[in-house]
Amino acid sequence: MTPMVRAEGVTKRFGPVEVLKGIDLSVAPGEVACLLGPSGSGKSTFLRCVNHLERIDGGQLWVDGELVGYRRHGDKLYELKAREVAVRRRDIGMVFQRFNLFPHLTALGNIVEAPVRVLGTPRDQAREQALRLLDRVGLAEKAGHYPSQLSGGQQQRVAIARALAMRPKLMLFDEPTSALDPELVGEVLDVMKGLAADGMTMVVVTHEMGFAREVADQVAFLDGGVVVEAGPPAEVLGRPRHDRTRAFLDKVL
Amino acid sequence: MSTTTPDTPAVRVVPVRHYGRWLTALVVVGLAALFLRALLASPNLEPATIAHYLFKDYVLDGVVTTLWLTLLAMLLGTAGGILLAVMRLSENPVLRGVSWTFIWIFRGTPLLVQIIFFGFLGALFPRLTLTVPFTGTILLDKPTSVVVTGTVAAVLALSLNEMAYAAEVIRGGILAVDGGQTEAAAALGMGPTLTLRRVVLPQAMRVIIPPMGNETITMLKSTALVSIIAGRDLMTAVQTVYQNNYKVIPLLLVAAIWYLALVSLLSAGQWLIERRFGRGFARGGVR
Repeated sequence: MTPMVRAEGVTKRFGPVEVLKGIDLSVAPGEVACLLGPSGSGKSTFLRCVNHLERIDGGQLWVDGELVGYRRHGDKLYELKAREVAVRRRDIGMVFQRFNLFPHLTALGNIVEAPVRVLGTPRDQAREQALRLLDRVGLAEKAGHYPSQLSGGQQQRVAIARALAMRPKLMLFDEPTSALDPELVGEVLDVMKGLAADGMTMVVVTHEMGFAREVADQVAFLDGGVVVEAGPPAEVLGRPRHDRTRAFLDKVL
Repeated sequence: MSTTTPDTPAVRVVPVRHYGRWLTALVVVGLAALFLRALLASPNLEPATIAHYLFKDYVLDGVVTTLWLTLLAMLLGTAGGILLAVMRLSENPVLRGVSWTFIWIFRGTPLLVQIIFFGFLGALFPRLTLTVPFTGTILLDKPTSVVVTGTVAAVLALSLNEMAYAAEVIRGGILAVDGGQTEAAAALGMGPTLTLRRVVLPQAMRVIIPPMGNETITMLKSTALVSIIAGRDLMTAVQTVYQNNYKVIPLLLVAAIWYLALVSLLSAGQWLIERRFGRGFARGGVR
């Protein structure tokens, strides 16, 4: 089966700083992969490369069998135009650390926007779907609220519903609970657990070890721009083989 | 709210006394009265003359011209300004350069010079000719003074000048929108144009509207400059009258009263629009 995400030797540099030094990773359809690691290890940068918010400098990266950001024709790689990149991104949902809801639209407006404008879904149909999604994340009664009227946890759940409205085949989560007050983390993780149980393919950058242990099929520990070790959570978190993994887990557990 | 509880005896609360406010009020009223007395004592104020000309048909015609001149210049200026702002933020270096040069020229020379320049365009290009390339078909061939009348020159100068200023205001507004918004739109598969139209500009509006309201008010008053090329506006109308009857002060006051009234209306409109685009940002949220 084609992996949903496959990375081979992916590199990325910001000016003189090489953030990714050759990432190798494979995520199967239906799998939940958690990326762990100290800050600056490159896990968020790699996640942003997967939907081409960052352009990779070397290596190869595929999503569902298609090269990210390029079209292959014979032995040449053609860089995709902004419009073509946008088309590829329709199938990939992304949830950000700071929610990034559109503040001038209501919760419902946020969810309806992309299906109507990008996919051309009739407004009524998009609205119905949005209300179902709001119900699924437990916010049915907040449809008419603006983001500024919602708590952080509620905003993040609307953001998840907004991403799901595009019916993505892959969901990317970039530290989805890091900007939340501790008592609001649980409600967001619960929604994510529900998604995982429904079989969604997810790549999650997180510091929530409990979530990784309970939900992940695969855990990848990144440090210094490479995947130090990857495998089932019981192995990586329970019996780490590398010193760097052990040192990191000692600090966070 | 009560400051007493069953355990403590009632205590009287003495608010801060604002003696300074009473004192300033007294000074201001006194000065205003002195100025008013001097004003009414002047033989050249002529309130009757002001009243006589305030609603004369040619003055009203001038007011109407001033209004639509302002409106048209602001509409064209804003549309062109959006285009120039997007060009300046473009990744295409040629578009960036064109926008930069346009803004450099129209912001770098006085509006009065631009108005006179367009008014006397015929001195530079005596005939305007428009042909379809390689066919010899002539679409337009007329003396410049016939095409670019005083009114056309006024609209051209005012809107081109406004484009340069509006571009900078709009560019500032676009840059003020959090980068996370563009990323969120991109992650939803929205293309650059859709993102600009549906996500960035509506949020930039909140930052753009107060200075653009200011621009509109400035524009309303700047239209007075077109009287130099006989722009038929309010200022031209009162000038024509006082050049004949020498009642300069009363007629200038007629113009001032109209400008002040129109600016007051614009300010009220600006308040309404700001409230509209503040949705989702006000504390507690405004519906």
